[in-house]
Amino acid sequence: MLRLERRRQPSSFWRWAAPLAAVVLTMFLGGLLFAAMGKDPLIAIRTIFWDPLFGQYAAFSRPQLLVKAAPLILIALGLSFGFRAGIWNIGAEGQYIMGAIFGAGFALAFYPSEARWFIFPGAILFGLLGGMLWGLIPGVLKVRFGTNEILSSLMLVYVAENILAKMAIGLLKNPDGMGFPGSRNLKQYAAAHNPELAAGTGAHWGVVAAILAVAGAYVVLSRHRFGYDVRLTGQSPRAARFAGVNPGRLILICMAISGGFAGIAGYFEVAGPSGQISIDFNVGYGFTAIIVAFLGRLHPVGILLAGLLLALTYIGGEVAALTLNLPIATIQMFQGMLLFSLLMVDVLTDFRIRFGKAKVA
Amino acid sequence: MTSTLLELDGLTKTYPGVVANDDVSFAIRKGEVHALLGENGAGKSTLVKSIYGLVKPDRGTMTLDGKPYEPAEPRQARAAGIAMVFQHFSLFDALNVAENIALGMENPPALRDLAKRIRDVSEQYGLPLDPSRVVGDLSAGERQRVEIIRCLLQDPKLLIMDEPTSVLTPQEVHILFETLRLLRSEGTSILYISHKLEEIRSLCEHATILRLGKVVGTCDPRATSARDMAEMMVGATLHVPEKADAAAGEVVLSIKSLSAPAPHQFGTALRDISIDVRAGEVLGIGGVAGNGQDELVAALSGEMRTRTGTISLNGTPIGRMGPNERRAAGLSAAPEERNGHAAAPDMSLTENALMTGAVPMGLVERGFLRWAKARSFAEDIIKTFDVRTPGPQNAGRSLSGGNLQKFVIGREILQRPKVLVVNQPTWGVDAAAAASIRQAILDLAADGAAVVVISQDLDELMEISDRFSALNEGRLSAPRPARGLTVEQIGLLLGGAHDMEVAHVEA
Repeated sequence: MLRLERRRQPSSFWRWAAPLAAVVLTMFLGGLLFAAMGKDPLIAIRTIFWDPLFGQYAAFSRPQLLVKAAPLILIALGLSFGFRAGIWNIGAEGQYIMGAIFGAGFALAFYPSEARWFIFPGAILFGLLGGMLWGLIPGVLKVRFGTNEILSSLMLVYVAENILAKMAIGLLKNPDGMGFPGSRNLKQYAAAHNPELAAGTGAHWGVVAAILAVAGAYVVLSRHRFGYDVRLTGQSPRAARFAGVNPGRLILICMAISGGFAGIAGYFEVAGPSGQISIDFNVGYGFTAIIVAFLGRLHPVGILLAGLLLALTYIGGEVAALTLNLPIATIQMFQGMLLFSLLMVDVLTDFRIRFGKAKVA
Repeated sequence: MTSTLLELDGLTKTYPGVVANDDVSFAIRKGEVHALLGENGAGKSTLVKSIYGLVKPDRGTMTLDGKPYEPAEPRQARAAGIAMVFQHFSLFDALNVAENIALGMENPPALRDLAKRIRDVSEQYGLPLDPSRVVGDLSAGERQRVEIIRCLLQDPKLLIMDEPTSVLTPQEVHILFETLRLLRSEGTSILYISHKLEEIRSLCEHATILRLGKVVGTCDPRATSARDMAEMMVGATLHVPEKADAAAGEVVLSIKSLSAPAPHQFGTALRDISIDVRAGEVLGIGGVAGNGQDELVAALSGEMRTRTGTISLNGTPIGRMGPNERRAAGLSAAPEERNGHAAAPDMSLTENALMTGAVPMGLVERGFLRWAKARSFAEDIIKTFDVRTPGPQNAGRSLSGGNLQKFVIGREILQRPKVLVVNQPTWGVDAAAAASIRQAILDLAADGAAVVVISQDLDELMEISDRFSALNEGRLSAPRPARGLTVEQIGLLLGGAHDMEVAHVEA
């Protein structure tokens, strides 16, 4: 008989081994799924995890790794502060959309300005502000009225999606777009464009921002009073209050950070890889980033690695859709399985498995 | 001569790295109150858990009523006639007394019948308790009665009581002892665990003393002095805190008509509290748990803000300041609950040292933590207060309760505050550690700090206080000089009489 026995202290080995085990378990479960769909599981797994980086057409797909990883890492880093403190912002997708709208809106307001020194930083700042404002709404509601931020932040995603649709066919619609929905293409607007910095790498300013953010988050969490307050609040809210942490202020700051990071990611995306505000501009980075944050153990370096891995599943899923005729929804299933596997394997961090009959301990 | 009820022979239980019980043998006779004495970590809990079927000993046998006794789980222990009242109550605040008792039973009778049995038992044993009251509204003493009656309903042969008096007023202790004596006269044996030696001397006929898992002695508590028992327990000569007589100085902490609403449903409102505390004096505040102690500490530490002007430190109003501003002004506090309030159990001792030391000790510079300095502050605490731990990198939870408490108190004292407020400074702490904590508090006062000690341990308060005041339902009595107060006077101050009045009306 299998039995779970609580560990005296959480296992530090499993804390970091669990994400790896979860990835392996996901490959296995995914393989079963592909086999059930009549595909060779080994080939499918290789197509998703290997071919995008080292396969025949890797030259096309490899740059996409950084393109997709940058927003995931940025958003997940922002979320990790709140998650560590027990503040559950589930609405990064909405904050990401609002960041894109605010940033693009700022840039397009000056179209066709050529003052890149002003437009590009200004648009990033506006992206930051847009995401921050959208994140502060559930934050203020929680502090003032005690509403549940999980619900309010999530619901605001749908509000943001509707604002996005309205913008794409209304205020931000391309006047020269022959009536098609969608804004002007920011790739053709040099002052606002977020270009690939070195050809063939996929690295744009968002990648630079993500790397800086990883380093910054690491320093703040390990060396700054704020990071200490966040960790203390997450572990013992009462002790944090005793230590002088103002819980309401901490909630607002964490919501502003996660919203702001998502907002910046939104602008880098709209001004670069995506190019324009369109009805279906968002592709779920804000939700996938939640998986990235947890898979990365809410640790900046872990998030960096997890972000790259999840970016790989995005690309691999697309490759698999093309070459193996797998439905495109397979990626989302795969990402979901990853989170579930992690939750399952995580049991090992706090419990150990015992075989045999229960002993009275 | 009474015969033996339960005999333990060579009980041994090892946990990885520690022998909790090492070849423990003793016998409990029918109808005796048997004391089990020992410091924290001496193995008392493991031993009673073995008897109650929560722990399976590695070696050794138990014999109950002449038959081998090997309980695999508490249910079997209860079926064999063994009942236990734990130190921490397992009651649901939102349910009433009868519902709580029914939850613990195998086959609960209808609530109305149960309520009648509860009334009968409570009358029979002089433990007034109304089965229809909601547990959240009961005092700690009344909650304990719920647990005791829960046990008595099983008609036990052996009743195990783990530190039963730590939450009671003297009057409540008196009632409890009467009940226990009545039970004894009916032939029930009682295994009584405590570190309060005077109680054991007045109640128990036989005592077994444990140290580091071994039986180090037995005695007749009625014929042995408290000091001798304490020294057997500690295994060394005990240092009794010395109190220097010093003239009280200027008023440092002044509280004027402080009132505050209850912070949550089962909290207590503070009502019109006024008191001055002078430099160099220790003000002892007694009271039964749940009479506003937590709220008073929160109001003083800054966790709970109060109206301007109600609290002042050296004449400066601090009522609206947060905890860190107050620390900077020279007021330190140590709340009662170590795990998760005064300390973060999952964080290292260095991080725990930062919790309150950050501002006063300059461990933060322009927002950045100075880890090296924090670490040496933690090491300083560990060294000065003899905290037993391999080093400051260890998590708070790895320390025993007494050691973590020494760390918490030491952390505040080393900041050299002008005012120190501590709640239950030696709760759950062994005798040697308690003595050193009390000495440290006295030394701080001797150096000119004003100290407020809130405690439910009256012996402790009498030992270290200059003035004594009682907290009852959020009101603070006028302070009286501690010297010369009798136990009866203190009991009346604590409002124990009031507690019994309610019970009589219900009965």
